[in-house]
Amino acid sequence: MTSTATATSTEIPGRRAAFPRPLLLAKDYAVLILLVVVTVYLSFASSAFFTSDNLLNILNQNAPLAIIAAAGTFVIVSGNFDLSTASVFAVASVSAAWLASETGDVALALAAAPVIGLALGAVNGLVVTALRIHSFLATLASSLVYSALAVLITGGALITVTAEGFTELGRGEFLGVFIPVWVLAGVVALLWFLLSGTVFGRHVFATGGNAEAAELSGVRVNRVKILVFTLSGLAAGVAAAIAVSRIASGQPQAGAGMELQAIAAIILGGTSIHGGVGAVWRSVAGVFLIALIGNGFDILDFNPQLKDLVTGVIILAAVALAAVGRTRR
Amino acid sequence: MAAPAGTGAPNRRAVVELRGVSKWFGGTHALDGVDLDLLPGEVHALVGENGAGKSTLGKIIAGVYQRDGGALAVDGAEVGRWDPVRAGRHGIAMIAQELALVPELTVAQNVFLGRERSLAGVLRRGHGNDAAFDAVCALAGFRLPPRRRVAELGIADQQKVEIMRSLARDARVIVMDEPTSSLTAHETEQLHRLIAALRDQGRTVVYVSHFLDAVLDVADRVSVMRDGALVRTANAADETKPSLIEGMLGRPLAVTFPERPPPVDPSVPPILEVAHLATADGVVDVSLSVRPGEIVGLLGLVGSGRSEIARAIYGADRITGGTVTFDGTPHARPRPHRSIAAGLAMVPEDRHGQGLVLERPIRENIALAHATLFATAGVISRRRERAAVNALAERLALRPARTELTTSGFSGGNQQKALIGKALLGDPAFVILDEPTRGVDVGAKYAIHELVVALARQGVGILLISSEHEEVMGLAHRAHLVRDGRTFAEVVPERTTVDRILTALFGADQHEGAAP
Repeated sequence: MTSTATATSTEIPGRRAAFPRPLLLAKDYAVLILLVVVTVYLSFASSAFFTSDNLLNILNQNAPLAIIAAAGTFVIVSGNFDLSTASVFAVASVSAAWLASETGDVALALAAAPVIGLALGAVNGLVVTALRIHSFLATLASSLVYSALAVLITGGALITVTAEGFTELGRGEFLGVFIPVWVLAGVVALLWFLLSGTVFGRHVFATGGNAEAAELSGVRVNRVKILVFTLSGLAAGVAAAIAVSRIASGQPQAGAGMELQAIAAIILGGTSIHGGVGAVWRSVAGVFLIALIGNGFDILDFNPQLKDLVTGVIILAAVALAAVGRTRR
Repeated sequence: MAAPAGTGAPNRRAVVELRGVSKWFGGTHALDGVDLDLLPGEVHALVGENGAGKSTLGKIIAGVYQRDGGALAVDGAEVGRWDPVRAGRHGIAMIAQELALVPELTVAQNVFLGRERSLAGVLRRGHGNDAAFDAVCALAGFRLPPRRRVAELGIADQQKVEIMRSLARDARVIVMDEPTSSLTAHETEQLHRLIAALRDQGRTVVYVSHFLDAVLDVADRVSVMRDGALVRTANAADETKPSLIEGMLGRPLAVTFPERPPPVDPSVPPILEVAHLATADGVVDVSLSVRPGEIVGLLGLVGSGRSEIARAIYGADRITGGTVTFDGTPHARPRPHRSIAAGLAMVPEDRHGQGLVLERPIRENIALAHATLFATAGVISRRRERAAVNALAERLALRPARTELTTSGFSGGNQQKALIGKALLGDPAFVILDEPTRGVDVGAKYAIHELVVALARQGVGILLISSEHEEVMGLAHRAHLVRDGRTFAEVVPERTTVDRILTALFGADQHEGAAP
């Protein structure tokens, strides 16, 4: 028995909620509108804001989170949650730092991070499907395990990397733009296309929209789930490689709280927490909307203690706006 | 059913009056100036095609939707703002098609939900509650175990819980939206007796349905709707099925089935052969075969295992015994993706739960099972996909013929067409149709029947399952009777009658069928 308001709201044949079209569009693209509004506001409020240095810096700073959110979109759209991305990020970070300081092989160390992320993500997927545990619980538990793993690897201490060239990935530039920004652009373009243009992407939407219908349509739902968690882990590993290279040190607390920041950005972007609806660009826009608000606080010298409050209110407002068209008749 | 004394008599004052009620959904005029009187002690049916506005009208009476224009009066006094709570205070309750019960609570807890007897918020236990429950049972004229969890009840009993809930609120007007859509013939009969009893207590039942036989059986007056407008309100005794259909469609429609495809030569090897099939989900011993171009029906009561047979063949449930042979080769360990790849498709019975991803466009739904057909190395060609989907939409006469629109915005009949289209996209050699016309209106139903016959003529083998036995009888070449997960007889519909089949289906289990 699924007798909810949403169930009955789908019963209306051939009609849409009484809602003017421009408003519907505004609702659909709320995150972009907000992004533009904040950008315009900050451009007028401070001359330091709309400079290529500042903007590139924001992109660079937030590249790891944006990469995690872009891949996290697949997890949310498939109707699942990944609460372990921060822990995967931590394990990949300390592993890379440890390998670099032990072997001195920079390339091996930085390449290890995505591989470890992929492996840990695959484990999440296998746990969720084979044991049939709700992904919220499964990844909540695995995040504890992975965090402990990160502490074990470092012995709880900070691993500082002094190896030559280790910081090239995180601090280097190519054509005047930080390398993490290039990586971000590549990852986003790839994932955007993967979700919107491929058979796999179609199956992710169907899995999240109606898993039973997807299964009966020949979609290998379990396989899709394993793949989205693997993708999410891989992205956390890539993000970790960038971050650990930038700060040249690995610590088990790295990335704490990132998993929720990523989910907040995904939802702020307009992807449905119920699955079945969403887009990669939305999550990236969500990350940078939050980032711009933070940047605004910095350059306008606002009370930084209010930063989280404002961010939280904006997320609530965006989610409430998204709900409007569904509840009003 | 005999009309009560004074049906339509002008001396009875209407309990609810609607004057010029209109409702817009976006750009659609869902209701256009509807006038309606509901008298005390009548069963008032609202009929019409899907999208005609009958459900919308019922929901406006119950306060689920707000009217955009016109007046609504209760007991002669016009009311202003109207919502389910206010309607409830005036004694108007609604039983929606999707029942609104809390499955994890007990029968009694659901009946008294929102009216719990409490002291400063602390629930009161003890005999007072039992007495209140008994009182509701007495009013309803039937009894359910008060401490049973609602999730354990069948649909028919869950519906009774809803009725008890409205009685616990002392409802004088009960709006029932498609109450029989998930009920068996026997359960429908029981419900109709119950509705008559409610009527005789002086209550008004608004009966929204497109099952015209049911409407003529139970209603005192019928209001026919078309395109958001009221065509007429008349005494049910003065209406017939053809007259109602003519009113709904604005033209006469023969209540017949398209001509059956030609019989298939028995020497043709079957496309599907099932021998002694068994599963852990209710299939015990099933044997049947379907030849190319043949329509084979499964006739059974709800719970007989009809749909489970379909699911087992298709691979949605695991097979524990027996064999499935498809196109001469063993279809061992069937799974949906293997079935689809082999050319064996299924239209599942539950359009929303099992069939469609409602928040995605129609195009994606129709293409879902065959997205790889339009893909190169996993990348979908939108152009090729759209071309194939649009061609299919045209063949199915999908309305509106805009495949980019979100699926939830389509009417039930058109969603069903899309669901069937989804199965046909890969040109299957064999199709299982489980309840292909459930919850669709007369026009769409006929279109779907024509489609089924056309498929058979093209040489597609079809296994047809329907709770409407007439549908199987009117379309199938042969039919297997199913009881308790077993196929126990084979009939040729042209040479028998529904009554004889029902007798056979109830068979030795007649006592079960008669149980409350």
